[in-house]
Amino acid sequence: MNKAANGKIEIVNAGKIYDPAGIHVVAVENCSFNLEAGQFVSVVGPSGCGKSTLLNTIAGFDTITSGEILMDGELLASPEIQTPPGPDRVVVFQGGALFPWKTVSENIIYGPVIQKNMERPEAEKMAISLLNRVGLTKVETKYPSELSSGVQRRVEILRALINQPKIMMLDEPFRALDAVAKSVMHNFLLELFDENPRTMFFITHDLDEAIYLSDLVVVMTTRPAKVKKIIKIDLPRPRRLDVIKTEIYRSVKADLLSIVHEEALKAFKAGEREMA
Amino acid sequence: MSQTSVSAAPPIHPAAVAVKTRGALYQLTERKALPGAISIIGFLIAWQLSITWELPYLSNIPYPKDVWDSLYESVLKSSYWNDWKMSLIRVFVGFTVGQVVGIPLGLAMGASKTIKALCFPVFEMLRPIPPIAWIPLSILFWPTEELSIYFLTFIGAFFVIVLNVMQGVSSIDLSVKRAAISLGASRKDIFFKIMIPGSLPSIVTGMTVGIGVTWNVLIAAEMIAGHGGLGRGTWEAYTNGNLPLILVGMVSIGFAGYITSSLVRVIGEKAMPWRRKF
Repeated sequence: MNKAANGKIEIVNAGKIYDPAGIHVVAVENCSFNLEAGQFVSVVGPSGCGKSTLLNTIAGFDTITSGEILMDGELLASPEIQTPPGPDRVVVFQGGALFPWKTVSENIIYGPVIQKNMERPEAEKMAISLLNRVGLTKVETKYPSELSSGVQRRVEILRALINQPKIMMLDEPFRALDAVAKSVMHNFLLELFDENPRTMFFITHDLDEAIYLSDLVVVMTTRPAKVKKIIKIDLPRPRRLDVIKTEIYRSVKADLLSIVHEEALKAFKAGEREMA
Repeated sequence: MSQTSVSAAPPIHPAAVAVKTRGALYQLTERKALPGAISIIGFLIAWQLSITWELPYLSNIPYPKDVWDSLYESVLKSSYWNDWKMSLIRVFVGFTVGQVVGIPLGLAMGASKTIKALCFPVFEMLRPIPPIAWIPLSILFWPTEELSIYFLTFIGAFFVIVLNVMQGVSSIDLSVKRAAISLGASRKDIFFKIMIPGSLPSIVTGMTVGIGVTWNVLIAAEMIAGHGGLGRGTWEAYTNGNLPLILVGMVSIGFAGYITSSLVRVIGEKAMPWRRKF
């Protein structure tokens, strides 16, 4: 795969107000941060805080009601503009979104074939070599239902990567996996990232996951979502599991925990107010 | 227990009991065919006995042996097979036309809110009417008896398939659709490559239910309006007071329904290789 061409994302004062039946719900407010080209950025924050709104807006499935989002200096989204979804901004969804009626290899080649970037045999060859490179052999003719959820998720990531997107967005992709499968997934993702760093927008609830994978962790506040803090993770790449023993890791984790805890408390109290 | 082991065997827990070996009956019933045979033979014996013992209200029922003889006679007659042929053709025509019209309509209603808004109210107005209730109108409306029966079997299959396909399309996971869009699929691709295969399980369910409804409607229609057909044959056996032949008709109808629904199931399994049991 080629080097990713750019993929810098600038989120500038982005805001989103939902207005169902005239009741304003401010989901995102004055949210600004950048994803540098080839940077792995995790976004953490309480549930329902509008992280997915940002992701969906970049992907082209949603809109913002104020501010703007730029990709490589070009306007991607603003209240007036919505860029339709495309293979330069691929999403890996939370619940898994492989096509159950297609085999693994048919799933992976879906993008290049439907965009007419590749002939079928060529794409199939590439799919198999991708699978082999990540150690998945003899699965290409299987259907997703025959695979474990960890393997399904890896296939889904390959299906996204074969399009060489400028940015890859993962919306809590490993949420449903157990701890062992999760750590396999982390190393799988890191290997692919180290081989060819491209911009990653990674939503998660798991702080360890966020620190272990990312260059930057963006902590969001409870609704309306604002950027609470951006923490740079100065751990060397390629990352190995032993980084979790380092002093940097521990102090970052402690910082993050206290910030997230503060936000969680606020969310809890807000919930209590709503209940009262 | 073997005494050759060098290390001493651990003491046995005082509450422990020997593992029971399964009984003979279990060994037999473990195989599927056997309980099946027991069940059917048991039923036949109960049937036979209830007549010989003259259980109340059951005295009019013919013996299994009489039904068997009557079936044997029927099988040799061409009129019996002609009834089969007529019924099968009627089911096939009505059912097929139902799918050909119903599947595209269901897909369109599932895929487009506008089409749904336009078609669904009328659809929902007509759907609760049981297909059998269409019989009188159908006889009056269509010029030939055959056409009116085709129409009735069509009705039996049509509403079921439309509803299933429509729900099938709308139940496709939003993220699956989004994934396809994000990978570069056009609106046309979404319809043909996501919505159609995605709703295939519901299409097959709709067909399986629909073929059953079609037989229901067909038999009622034949009894009331038809010339020939298994339903008519059974009804004529009734008017002639030929009890064994009534049962032959019933068994034949059941068997015909079983064959056609098996056929639909096989087609469904062939069409959805990803749904095979592993």
